[in-house]
Amino acid sequence: MSQQPAISHHDIYQLRRGWRLQWEAIQGCHVILYPEGMVKLSATAGAILEQVDGHHSIADIIATLQQRYPGAESLADDVIQFIDEARDNGWLTVKEVHCG
Amino acid sequence: MVSTTTSPPLWLLAELTYRCPLQCAYCSNPLEFTRYQNELDTDAWFSVLRQARAMGAAQLGFSGGEPLIRQDLEALVSEARQLGFYTNLLTSGVGLTAQRVDALAEAGLDHIQISLQAADPELAQALAGSAKAHANKLAMAKAVKAAGYPMVLNVVLHRHNIDQIGDLIALCDELGADAVELANCQYYGWAFLNRQALMPTREQLVRAEAETNRWRETLAARGRDMSLLFVVPDYFEQAPKACMGGWGSIFMTVAPDGAVLPCHSARELPMAFPNVKETSLQDIWYQSDAFNRFRGTQWMPTLCQQCDDRDKDHGGCRCQAYLLTGDMNATDPVCQHSPQHRLLDSLIAENSHNTPDQTTLIPRNARQSKQLQTKPLQTNQLQNQAERQSPNSSAATSSRQPLELIYRQ
Repeated sequence: MSQQPAISHHDIYQLRRGWRLQWEAIQGCHVILYPEGMVKLSATAGAILEQVDGHHSIADIIATLQQRYPGAESLADDVIQFIDEARDNGWLTVKEVHCG
Repeated sequence: MVSTTTSPPLWLLAELTYRCPLQCAYCSNPLEFTRYQNELDTDAWFSVLRQARAMGAAQLGFSGGEPLIRQDLEALVSEARQLGFYTNLLTSGVGLTAQRVDALAEAGLDHIQISLQAADPELAQALAGSAKAHANKLAMAKAVKAAGYPMVLNVVLHRHNIDQIGDLIALCDELGADAVELANCQYYGWAFLNRQALMPTREQLVRAEAETNRWRETLAARGRDMSLLFVVPDYFEQAPKACMGGWGSIFMTVAPDGAVLPCHSARELPMAFPNVKETSLQDIWYQSDAFNRFRGTQWMPTLCQQCDDRDKDHGGCRCQAYLLTGDMNATDPVCQHSPQHRLLDSLIAENSHNTPDQTTLIPRNARQSKQLQTKPLQTNQLQNQAERQSPNSSAATSSRQPLELIYRQ
């Protein structure tokens, strides 16, 4: 259960310090690496996390991905849902939060 | 062939040296560590790192012994980081200085894990054999935090420090840890030798876990983000762990002398392991008898082959099976279905009446290691059978005298 506030389109996230996203050619996927652990990411998760850079807001990320995958219908919801999960996993920290 | 379905390794544990300034009686290094003096040099380690990375390994632990003893640690970290490894340093903190913390950060080290022995310097000294280590650990934990690393603190729990768990968590909180591993001692290597004196009682474990849960609530209420991982000793479990995610599945250890192992305890098994000085890591991982030996389910005893959990727990831990039964092909006795499971219950029951003090602990040091190698063989049938399979390992197994306890039911 998330105890954190709902995600707004204006929020800016970044990877937690010491956490790293990396493309692994041998595994054919993105992985997230952290102290003594790693998680293999799905193609969707990898594509979203690649955009989480501490500069672009959730709205920016959705726009970029919509441009790249014009057919994806529930993309905005997918992004919000994944960011929420990633935040719960402790992978992300908030750079900036805008209320409302 | 097994090799066609084998996945690439994801983790490399680089045990840079067996040398260590501390003498923790629960060390997982082999009892006979003094036999392996011929450490890989810097270039040989560079080659290991390049090979493992090319094969797909992404997580790397620098361990030991005490890895800080290696003067080329910074060079190895730098090479590993450039290759794309996530680099973890697993250290006692002894030999660390604020300057070295910064130098390692500059080399690209991602994470430093410091281990604590106890919440106070007196007990820490009794357990690790060093008067100054505790204060240095605390200072270095602060330096690690200040340098911006994510900080995981590790405490090996056992009979003598488990009642301090509340103080230990409070100390880690004060030091600013991001995560704390409260890992009960598992009985391999020196810990197996000392397990009678190390094994907690069931009551101690229950209390410690309850205290950990109370702390989780307290931390959550304060909004403090420090995760607590509490690991119960296998001996108290009913189902075996999926040891290393399966033999030769994701993990490999390269020992100080270049031996390649499916886990850091496997050297205790009565079998031969290949060495990077003679064979490429690629061949060792995919082709060697040692790595293929316990892959899949073909090797399993019927009990495991017929069990629905065979692909989940992989028959449990091979080292534990061997240490407890003398047969490395047996079902891990931690499994409640194992015919030997009752041995663990009787060990726990027997041990609850003992009141071992710290002075009975055999310290992990070179003198003891050499002495243990020259002790006469303890004879029991199963142990002899195991040794006959690999005559080369007789010195390695000769020191495992507490095996006799196992058969006392």
